[in-house]
Amino acid sequence: MPPTTSSATASTTAPATRFAVPGRIAVSNRAAATWQCATLTEIRRETPHAATFRFAVPEWTGHLPGQHLMLRLRAEDGYVAQRHYSIASPPDDDGHVELTLDHIDGGEVSGWFHTVAKPGDEVELRGPLSGFFAWPGDRPALLIGAGSGVVPLMSMVRHHRARNLTVPLRLLVSARGPEELIYASEYGAETTAVFTRSAPEGVAVGRVAAAHVARLLADGPEGGWEAYVCGSNGFAEHASRLLVDAGQPVDRIRIERFG
Amino acid sequence: MNVTRGFAGRPRVRNDGLPPGQYDARDDWPVLSAEVTPDLAPAQWTFTVDGLVAEERTWTWDEAHALPPSAYEGDIHCVTSWSKFGVRFAGVSLDAFLDLARPTAEATHAVAYSHTGYTTNLPLADLTGGRAWIVWEYGDRPLPAEHGGPARLIVPRLYFWKSAKWIAGIRLLDHDEPGFWEQNGYHHRGNPWEEQRYSGD
Ligand SMILES: Cc1cc2nc3c(=O)[nH]c(=O)nc-3n(C[C@H](O)[C@H](O)[C@H](O)COP(=O)(O)OP(=O)(O)OC[C@H]3O[C@@H](n4cnc5c(N)ncnc54)[C@H](O)[C@@H]3O)c2cc1C
Repeated sequence: MPPTTSSATASTTAPATRFAVPGRIAVSNRAAATWQCATLTEIRRETPHAATFRFAVPEWTGHLPGQHLMLRLRAEDGYVAQRHYSIASPPDDDGHVELTLDHIDGGEVSGWFHTVAKPGDEVELRGPLSGFFAWPGDRPALLIGAGSGVVPLMSMVRHHRARNLTVPLRLLVSARGPEELIYASEYGAETTAVFTRSAPEGVAVGRVAAAHVARLLADGPEGGWEAYVCGSNGFAEHASRLLVDAGQPVDRIRIERFG
Repeated sequence: MNVTRGFAGRPRVRNDGLPPGQYDARDDWPVLSAEVTPDLAPAQWTFTVDGLVAEERTWTWDEAHALPPSAYEGDIHCVTSWSKFGVRFAGVSLDAFLDLARPTAEATHAVAYSHTGYTTNLPLADLTGGRAWIVWEYGDRPLPAEHGGPARLIVPRLYFWKSAKWIAGIRLLDHDEPGFWEQNGYHHRGNPWEEQRYSGD
């Protein structure tokens, strides 16, 4: 069962400031602290540099879209590598989670996944972690992501679709070119794709810009959006700056930086 | 845990300075913060020590810089698994501020809070005795905004989410009070050598 929404977080003694946003959900301490075994069941290629890895995790306690987990691999000599990965799948995926990994040049963990891993392999993971970037599906959500930063946002889009939610949802996604756009075939009317290096016929090449953000904010629901920004730090800085400049309140921007 | 089939890891030299589960990020310094990087000029920056103190105090940028300089040279460790060796931060030891504000006998814990509203809790013992600094320089250059500039707290013995960026103050308490990430499932103390990552560790 997914963790439930909680508006009440413990009070803090910090002075009220305009930036801080509380977490959206309470996180299960037990799930966050327990390593569990996950069996790789399927690998799906998304782009030349990204693939989705599907795992059976019998003890999975559920998650909300936007949450991530920690994954670890162990070498013969006892060496352990652990990395955070966002969960791509929606909550209603009984006993399974999906991760989408970019193949990082020289990357220790993503390298193993992209060159060695095959169905039947076992890894360990713990989670779900962090209630901050989670989206229970309650408030209008404006999602902005680049590269593999679209992964937690896709979990939200899939959740929205699977539950037939009517709360407004928009996705602005940036990729180098159409062939690098993760989940390309799954996007619908909620999505605007922006291409930074090469674009299909008739589509301009460029970065996510003030005009994109202005259009989405102008087209916003009454009471405005809850904004979720995800990607590399450079992209997160750029996109969050555009949002602030366009008038989105800082305390309604959640950012997940992949490092 | 079982060995992962076909996983050897990257060739590595044994490094006793690396806490369990961490890797050497070398020249990388990943940025991890949940909020928008604030536009905070040194002239707007202040640092306050309040709560259970004999004298509540606030320092401006210039007043803080007039305190005896102190630097930290050593390693830092982030809960997302990277560690960074031999970094140098310069600023003022937190002891210099606390000595002037004088914590009362009841003070056992602190909440560090940022100009953004970010909070994190710490036992007072992790902040005193040359264990914590307010810093404005990284490697002899001004601390970049995305890393917490103009000034941040550093508590290098704990995971780096305790080292609040854009530090605004420290409030002394007679009890432990979880901060932002601690309310979001992270460990209350965050000692990298004991791998205190998440609540329950
Ligand atoms: C909350 C969160 C969620 C995330 N979600 C995702 C996700 O959904 N999908 C995704 O793809 N990523 C995600 N990431 C990033 C992910 O955690 C990893 O950082 C990424 O997969 C790279 O790990 P790696 O082991 O493959 O590369 P690493 O081995 O960590 O290497 C990273 C880079 O550093 C270089 N490098 C580092 N050390 C050395 C060394 N000793 N020698 C040589 N080169 C070195 C590598 O060449 C490479 O360019 C997320 C990160 C966070 C914090």
